[in-house]
Amino acid sequence: MGKTYTRMGDGSVIELSESELKRDLEEGTRDAAERGRIPPLCEDELSYLFDIYSIPYRFVSVDRGNEVVLTYDAATLKIRRVGVLTHRIQSLQIYEKLLGADTLEFDHVDYSFKPVKPIIAYEQTELEQALLVTTIPMFYGAMPNLGSYTQPDGPCLNPMELLPMGKITEARAAQEEMVEHAVKDMVNVASAMYESGADGINFDTTGAAGDTDFLATLRAVEILRKKYPQMCIEVGMAGEFILGMHGELTYDGVRVAGLYPHKQVELVEKAGATIYGPAINTNTDESCPWNIARAATFTKACVENSHIPVHADMGMGVGGIPVVDQPPVDAVSRASKAMVEIARLDGL
Amino acid sequence: MGVGDPAGMASAHNTASGMGGMRTAGDLVARMQMSRGMKIKEAKEYVANKLKVSVSDLADPVVMNEMRDDLDIGMVSTSLFPGSAKGIEAKLRIAELLDIEINCVNKFRDKIGRALRA
Repeated sequence: MGKTYTRMGDGSVIELSESELKRDLEEGTRDAAERGRIPPLCEDELSYLFDIYSIPYRFVSVDRGNEVVLTYDAATLKIRRVGVLTHRIQSLQIYEKLLGADTLEFDHVDYSFKPVKPIIAYEQTELEQALLVTTIPMFYGAMPNLGSYTQPDGPCLNPMELLPMGKITEARAAQEEMVEHAVKDMVNVASAMYESGADGINFDTTGAAGDTDFLATLRAVEILRKKYPQMCIEVGMAGEFILGMHGELTYDGVRVAGLYPHKQVELVEKAGATIYGPAINTNTDESCPWNIARAATFTKACVENSHIPVHADMGMGVGGIPVVDQPPVDAVSRASKAMVEIARLDGL
Repeated sequence: MGVGDPAGMASAHNTASGMGGMRTAGDLVARMQMSRGMKIKEAKEYVANKLKVSVSDLADPVVMNEMRDDLDIGMVSTSLFPGSAKGIEAKLRIAELLDIEINCVNKFRDKIGRALRA
């Protein structure tokens, strides 16, 4: 075998020899296993990944029969982001009719629950119209975004200003207050959108502000599940590890800071979510094979520990996808195939 | 899925590993995951059983286009099929076909019921 053409986690092109490719796959899975205290990929799985990366084709795919369901975050925004001037309903139709989407996600350009609250009626009525003209299932999506609750944008003292001053107690109190505000907003907005007919709610980029973010989402999910037993609730993560910005927050007796995906899913499931989306960070200093071996190791452990469908987050910078806004299809298709077939995903 | 331009993200993932949405039975399998929390294998088997096709046919656009036409449950090229079910009409039929509750369909039925009662 000659050199294998692949990429670094920042998207730049590299070439690896057979031994370098094998080494990167082994080191990637070992890194995940050590951090998560989970089993590494076995020889057969590493060999399968080796084959995926050795194939010279520009694009690869899963074997017939291994196709999975796709869910999207901020779907309508992706059309606006590239400067195509469509109405949100038209964006949804583009996904449904032109991009082969299995599900849709309606969302606001700010993409956070808090700013949606004052304009909720506009969101509801537009969603109601969208539901009349589309056929496939539709989520309403937004981010918990606990950061938006700190001063000067929000009502709470800013823990990031308090912590450097050594005001640990005050910083924790501020974060606990942020959780209360966020839970209220998430439940209000999600309830309104569900009452307007949405099939489900997608809590996207959960945990972006650390353990407060994750805890607030779990509490909101728990309330919504009791209120709407039929509601589909998807919880997609921001990163692989829950940062302990507070450090002592617990859910159902479990400290949430420091949890990796295979433990996160237990709490997400307990809170009442329908679908969980683990996000494994891409390391830009390592190759795509290293990142995929690592992502597949974490995600496989998560799928094996989950009783609910797992849809891995596989956008820019997570799930083995390089950190570039226009992800190259050679890297995306390999990550897609590897994650679905090695981690046994239910969707992505 | 996640961040990235639609060609590099939505289109690439769909071609590499997606079920195909309305081109196939992707939306139907998604509905079983969303409404019953089914894992992919169980969701596919449920839909295949309801449609009386094999699991591997579910992601085949030729088989499923004919199937969707026969069942009148919404198709991609709606302009080629005048009178075919579209939007909420298709969802009414999907709810019955899969024996599931669809939130907006229930609300639509409620509205129609109220109008008829008025």
